Amino acid sequence: MSRPGRDDAPDRLYTVTGGRSRSGPDSPFDLVTLVVAESDPRPGMQSEHVAILRMTERPTAVVEVAAELRLPVSITKILLSDLLAAGRVSARHPYTAAVPRPDLLEQVLVGLRNL
Amino acid sequence: MDSVISDARTPLGASADNGLKIVVVGGFGVGKTTLVRSVSEIRPLNTEETMTRAGEAVDDISEVSGKTATTVAFDFGRITLDARNVLYLFGAPGQERFWFLWDRLFSGTLGAVVLVDTRRIDDSWYAIDRLEHHGTPFIVACNDFGGPAFAPEDVREALDLDPHVPLIDCDARSRASSKQVLITLVQHIKDQYAGKDQYPGQADQAALPRQEFA
Repeated sequence: MSRPGRDDAPDRLYTVTGGRSRSGPDSPFDLVTLVVAESDPRPGMQSEHVAILRMTERPTAVVEVAAELRLPVSITKILLSDLLAAGRVSARHPYTAAVPRPDLLEQVLVGLRNL
Repeated sequence: MDSVISDARTPLGASADNGLKIVVVGGFGVGKTTLVRSVSEIRPLNTEETMTRAGEAVDDISEVSGKTATTVAFDFGRITLDARNVLYLFGAPGQERFWFLWDRLFSGTLGAVVLVDTRRIDDSWYAIDRLEHHGTPFIVACNDFGGPAFAPEDVREALDLDPHVPLIDCDARSRASSKQVLITLVQHIKDQYAGKDQYPGQADQAALPRQEFA
């Protein structure tokens, strides 16, 4: 399997983000933030945005979006930030805490035992 | 219950709202992707992250001076735990450039599995050192490659492993065995945060994994 991004000409990565190379330190997206489309694609939208809106009809993690688009995670986060700012997707961020809640860990254990 | 692994996208339920991370770290060919595949409900996917050094906070693990970009490729799989919680399992290389991206990629991870090939035990030292440095809870799992079995105490000594870190054998090809690896890790995390398995000098560090974003 070819690696996303690696085999692309650099100008593709430049073009999809309008020249931006990273989403900045205040990017709200974690690798496992679940993204959900809030609108249908519109004619004339950038093809990557269309692809994201189609694949996030059901909750889809940032890392899954990146893998499907074959783009690096940082580039994917820029595209997602644009869609979030435009209200076209919503983001379900992980419940991060310095120490995971015991009840959450118990839910994880139950889920794993049921595999 | 066996989940069906499909080449087509398998969407999550509409109520899924909490993504969780566990990282499997190990040297090349140690079976990280095999373990992920054994328990994942999707065919493992591959992606990468690139970090440009200019303007980024420089971590004390950076030893690759002169480079302007760091790229790390990693595999991942997915396990739907219940209606809300989804566990993402990342298989990641243990080499130095990977640790440079740890905070950016795996901040907030529940914990890590260090997958070890007992024939190449030296490959694991660096990963264990880094996980201790980051305060990330972890266990060590020795993947069975059919060679001579090593006594657990010998492996523990060779890895210079703290007594409180669980050490288990596994077969990454086996779903049941890989599932047991994950259960052992999460049980360890639970015990550790509950105040068990701690000892003087490590308790503070162990209880507070670093959460900052790069």
